[in-house]
Amino acid sequence: MKMPLPDDTLIARKGEIVRALRRLVPGDGVIGDPAGLVPFQSDGLSAYRQTPLAVVLPETTAQVSAVLSWCQANGVKVVPRGAGTSLSGGALPLQDGIVLGMAKFNRILEIDYANRCAVVQPGVTNLAITGAVEVDGFYYAPDPSSQIACTIGGNVAENSGGVHCLKYGLTTNNLLGCEIVLISGEVVRLGGKGFDAAGYDLLGIVTGSEGLLGVVTEVTVRLLTKPQTARAMLLGFASVEAAGGCVGDVIAAGVIPAGMEMMDRPAIWAAEAFVGAGYPTDAEALLIVELDGPEAECSELSSHVASLARARGATTIRTSTSEAERMAFWAGRKAAFPAVGRISPDYYCMDGTIPRRQLPYVLTAITQMGLKYGLGVANVFHAGDGNLHPLILYDADQPGQLDAAEAFGADILKLCVAVGGVLTGEHGVGVEKRDLMGEMFNETDLACQQRLKCAFDPDLLLNPGKVFPRLHRCAELGRVHVHRGAVAFPNLPRF
Amino acid sequence: MLDLAPDTKIPKTAAEVIELIADAQAGGRTLEIIGGGTKRSIGAGSATDAVLSLAGLNKVIDYAPEELVLTAQAGVKLATLEKLVAAEGQMLPFEPPNLARLLGAKTQPTLGGALATNLSGPRRIRAGAARDHFLGLEAVTGRGELMKAGGKVVKNVTGYDLCKLMAGSWGTLTVLTEVTIKVLPAARTELTLVFFGLDERRAAEAMTQALNLPDEISGAAHLPRLAATRAPLKGEMAVTALRLEGFAASVAARADHLAIALKDFGRMERLDAEQSHAFWLQIRDVQAFHEDPRPLWRVSVPPSVGWRIGEAALGEALYDWGGGLVWLLADADADTVRASARRLGGYATLYRGDGPAFEPLEGPLLRLTARVKSAFDPDGVLNPGRMAHS
Ligand SMILES: Cc1cc2nc3c(=O)[nH]c(=O)nc-3n(C[C@H](O)[C@H](O)[C@H](O)COP(=O)(O)OP(=O)(O)OC[C@H]3O[C@@H](n4cnc5c(N)ncnc54)[C@H](O)[C@@H]3O)c2cc1C
Repeated sequence: MKMPLPDDTLIARKGEIVRALRRLVPGDGVIGDPAGLVPFQSDGLSAYRQTPLAVVLPETTAQVSAVLSWCQANGVKVVPRGAGTSLSGGALPLQDGIVLGMAKFNRILEIDYANRCAVVQPGVTNLAITGAVEVDGFYYAPDPSSQIACTIGGNVAENSGGVHCLKYGLTTNNLLGCEIVLISGEVVRLGGKGFDAAGYDLLGIVTGSEGLLGVVTEVTVRLLTKPQTARAMLLGFASVEAAGGCVGDVIAAGVIPAGMEMMDRPAIWAAEAFVGAGYPTDAEALLIVELDGPEAECSELSSHVASLARARGATTIRTSTSEAERMAFWAGRKAAFPAVGRISPDYYCMDGTIPRRQLPYVLTAITQMGLKYGLGVANVFHAGDGNLHPLILYDADQPGQLDAAEAFGADILKLCVAVGGVLTGEHGVGVEKRDLMGEMFNETDLACQQRLKCAFDPDLLLNPGKVFPRLHRCAELGRVHVHRGAVAFPNLPRF
Repeated sequence: MLDLAPDTKIPKTAAEVIELIADAQAGGRTLEIIGGGTKRSIGAGSATDAVLSLAGLNKVIDYAPEELVLTAQAGVKLATLEKLVAAEGQMLPFEPPNLARLLGAKTQPTLGGALATNLSGPRRIRAGAARDHFLGLEAVTGRGELMKAGGKVVKNVTGYDLCKLMAGSWGTLTVLTEVTIKVLPAARTELTLVFFGLDERRAAEAMTQALNLPDEISGAAHLPRLAATRAPLKGEMAVTALRLEGFAASVAARADHLAIALKDFGRMERLDAEQSHAFWLQIRDVQAFHEDPRPLWRVSVPPSVGWRIGEAALGEALYDWGGGLVWLLADADADTVRASARRLGGYATLYRGDGPAFEPLEGPLLRLTARVKSAFDPDGVLNPGRMAHS
């Protein structure tokens, strides 16, 4: 993975930079010593590591503003960071840049039930929001599996999803407003507590911008009322085709379950061995379908779903009869990643989305690719919205396996795009899929996105080296002109 | 009414759109961009050298009901799409309004126009807005480049979410040529609970209380007495309505639950599926205010304080989105209306009447907005002057 060439003069100025930042963020808010920087070297994509120049941990928006404008004035790059759970390397530091850690922004500022929203600081964890409101019957819907650790600021930056986004949407569908600080230090409020805001939907553009447009310093999230009942179903099938077919049948019947997850045989076995959730080990594919709403709805729909599953020859059909059993049905799914971690020294989690009808074809192709690369793969994914999470099993201590796993992963993502899907459904592009962007977008598409970047950050100081395969200076982009579809874009060298 | 000026261009392909815009840019000319033209009168902007109508780009390209995804050219009529998806038991979840009559237009709205204005109906509170169902696009920038963004699947975070930016940009950044949206299964049935004679504050309480219950309300509106007495309702009392949609058993159970929870709000009636459908159609299209010639404002505020717009006695109000969307008929001057919306944490747009339509922006947000505009349309070819900054 090539990153932009570090600027040696900045690295040489480290001492001076740390001193200047200490004047802006006093106390223990600036870390410069090598030992202190170690925990910030990587995020959830732990194959990549880099020690930053320094880590700054501001506590107020004013400090964020001061740090950013100082960085702009001094040409210092900034990598924003929440909890560092990104799976795409979004929070990977730069050798000649600082990490701006938002962990100290950890307060829930306001809970406003009358408008069904909460105003929180970006370092609050995803689960803490639900934790603060569930006694009153509310919750925050997007539920990434990392929700005990990941921050809402990171969720906004990645537009994170979860098992319930089939029915309740991704982060972007559950936000009302935010405060961001631009690299200039200017503080901008986007949205509020109403359903929309004046001007362009910049909230929508900041969401999912992977820390490239601004630093999120406050977030207003929508709160939903907790469903009266929730019921989970375990549906085992003798083939992936049958399970995939059942997913399509459920949607075609007009049912949008709260969640609809699939696990293949390797994933079922790994989960079963780890938590003993009672999953059917004779099945080739397992669906976990969650239905929620009033009791009457759950019972009507669960019998409907059961009959659809039966028609597809399901070998196991179980419906939870208690909250404890529902949690047990989920236990295996929720523990699937660590479970796979037990059967393989390392695993690499992919995140493409495909049109659902391509599921059997793509899963078969992935199995074949695994044979070619000599690596195993377990599939755990959001079947309802076609968001795949193939877990490639490898051993980083075996020479060549990491490279093989990455090549395998890239092949999977290319296949996703080839069948009409996309590179990433919820984990973001980061550094991981950066060089694959050309699979989905041409030079003009990328130039348009980069011009937007320039409107926010003209010196490209916020999280450079992420998302875009090539770093163009903003002035160059301004000159690019594609007349009548003719691509006049010079093919600049990769960094 | 849409007067098709002699210099109205109706391209049939994206390539022709590119050519028209590139030529306009090269020649320093401006273009007004219209879909059906129904919302053309809103923030009309300055006179342009020519009109670019998307009416010729009106084909449905791909509709895969089982994938919940539909791709169409931007000029396809909403009515055409509504029929198409209904035949598959599906719907456009954001319930796009048809404001043609409200705005005195004799034409019909298009999908591209609904997305470009991010216009959403009563179901917005539950299912989300137009922007939330806008998955992918192809568009031509003010530089005459064809670009694409987003994807054709329901879940995607690859690259910046330019669909959100284009939704609500009123044709000032790019001209949408092809769009992909998410559709959903249509509700099997619906039912509306109606309360009578509540004043605006009390109605707001009822709506808030109802929306804070787990009953998945998909429409919460209040018509004060005056609005309720007008056509098409011609009632005698204020009406507060709560819609429930879904499977029959679920709707019935939720209706019973709500009726008990809201018993303190007095007399309550149930509208059956057919009555309910008709009721929400008139809310969606603001039919109560079709005939009144006064200036009409669309005010978006935090839902719990919407009623205070009425309290300010600026004119006659109608509330949707649990109070978060206020349609206000008012002769009051623009500054007064905007100031009261701002005080409540919202903003106001003049949908019908003379004067600047869009809320002016200021400070860093205005400067950022201007930079975003010039990133896509540096020479101001597209819809000059339509939005406040453009
Ligand atoms: C075990 C595991 C399970 C996971 N499951 C899911 C899942 O189910 N669904 C899902 O979508 N993701 C999942 N993830 C990925 C990850 O948790 C999410 O992407 C999460 O949103 C990252 O949040 P974070 O606070 O850790 O952000 P970080 O990893 O610290 O940062 C992520 C990105 O956001 C930027 N950023 C962070 N904070 C800010 C801010 N305040 N302002 C501006 N930019 C900022 C960073 O620069 C970076 O680009 C999982 C990760 C792990 C390790």
